[in-house]
Amino acid sequence: MVCDDHKDLLMGYLDNELGEEQRRRFEEHLSGCPDCSRELEDFKKLKAITDEVGLAEPEDRIWQDYWSGIYNRIERGIGWIMFSVAAIALAIYAGFRVIEQLIEDPSIEITLKIGLLTLIAGLAILFVSILRERLYFWKRDRYKDVRR
Amino acid sequence: MRRCRGGSREAFEVFVNKYMKDAYFIALGLVGNREDALDLSQEAFVRAYRNIKQVKPGRGFFPWFYQILKNLCISHLRKRKHRRAGSLDVEGCPEPAAADEFSPDVVVGKNEVKNEVAEAIGKLDAKHREVIVLRHFRHMSYEQIAEALFCNKGTVTSRLYYARKRLKELLSTEKGGGASGL
Repeated sequence: MVCDDHKDLLMGYLDNELGEEQRRRFEEHLSGCPDCSRELEDFKKLKAITDEVGLAEPEDRIWQDYWSGIYNRIERGIGWIMFSVAAIALAIYAGFRVIEQLIEDPSIEITLKIGLLTLIAGLAILFVSILRERLYFWKRDRYKDVRR
Repeated sequence: MRRCRGGSREAFEVFVNKYMKDAYFIALGLVGNREDALDLSQEAFVRAYRNIKQVKPGRGFFPWFYQILKNLCISHLRKRKHRRAGSLDVEGCPEPAAADEFSPDVVVGKNEVKNEVAEAIGKLDAKHREVIVLRHFRHMSYEQIAEALFCNKGTVTSRLYYARKRLKELLSTEKGGGASGL
C-alpha cells in the first residue's frame, strides 16, 4: 500500500510530470519506503503494457470524407429546421382557412359545424399538450446542456 | 474563432481538421467501436457548430468541445447498457448486462496481453476510463487533461491513480494474473 501523501507524486513520477525538486524529494522518499517502491514497480509494469495498446488507425478515406460528413449533417439540419417551420406555418394557415370556410359555409348544418370545430379544437389541444410535455422533459434532460 | 462565431463554415472546417483525430480516437477509447466513434465524433462537431457562440471569448475550443463529445459518448454508453439489459431481461438471462468492451478490430496488433488490457480498460467506469484514454491513447499532459476536464492537476493525478489501481486489480484477477503477469 502506497503512502497516502505520495499518491500524486507517484503518478507524477511515473508519467514524468514532476519538477526537479519534487522528483528529488520523491526519490528520497522511495529510498526509505519499500511499499512505495514496490507500488512504483507495479505501476511501471502496468504503464508499459498499457502503452503497448494502440488504437487502430482507420482507412485514409475516413479522414478525407470526415468534413463532408459533418457538412452534410449541418446542411441537412438547416434543411429540416426550414422544412419543419414551413410545415407548421402552413398547417396553422390551412387550419384557419378550414375553420373560416366551415363557419361561413351556409350549406353545412350547425350541428356538423360544432362537431368539426370541436374535433379541430381537440386536436389543437392534444398537439399543444404533447409539445409542452416534450419541452418540459427536454428542459430537465441532464445531458442536454453542454458544460462549459 | 471570431469567424466561427459568425457562422463561417470555412473557419469551422479548420477546427474540424485540427481536432478530428483527437475526437475520433477519444470517442473510440470511450465507446470501443469504430462506427460509433466516427458517428459520435462527427455529431459532436455538428453540435459544436450549432452552439459555437457559447464558447466564452478567450477560452479554448478543445476543452469546450471535449465536454460535448464526452457527454455524447456517456449518453451513448448508457443507452447501449439499457438496450443490453433490456434484451437480457427479455431472454430471462440471469447474468448482468455485459461490460462495455472494445470491438476486435479496434486494437492494433492484438495479442493476449493487449486483449486483456483493452478488455480491462473497457470495464473501467467512465470517469476512470476517460483519464486513461486521454493519457495513454492521446498522450495528453496532466495540464491538458485538467483543462479538458475542467478540474485541477491534483484531481487528474488522483483519478489516474485510482484508474490505474483498478486496472491493475482487473488485470490481476483476470485468470489469476493472466498474460499481463500483474
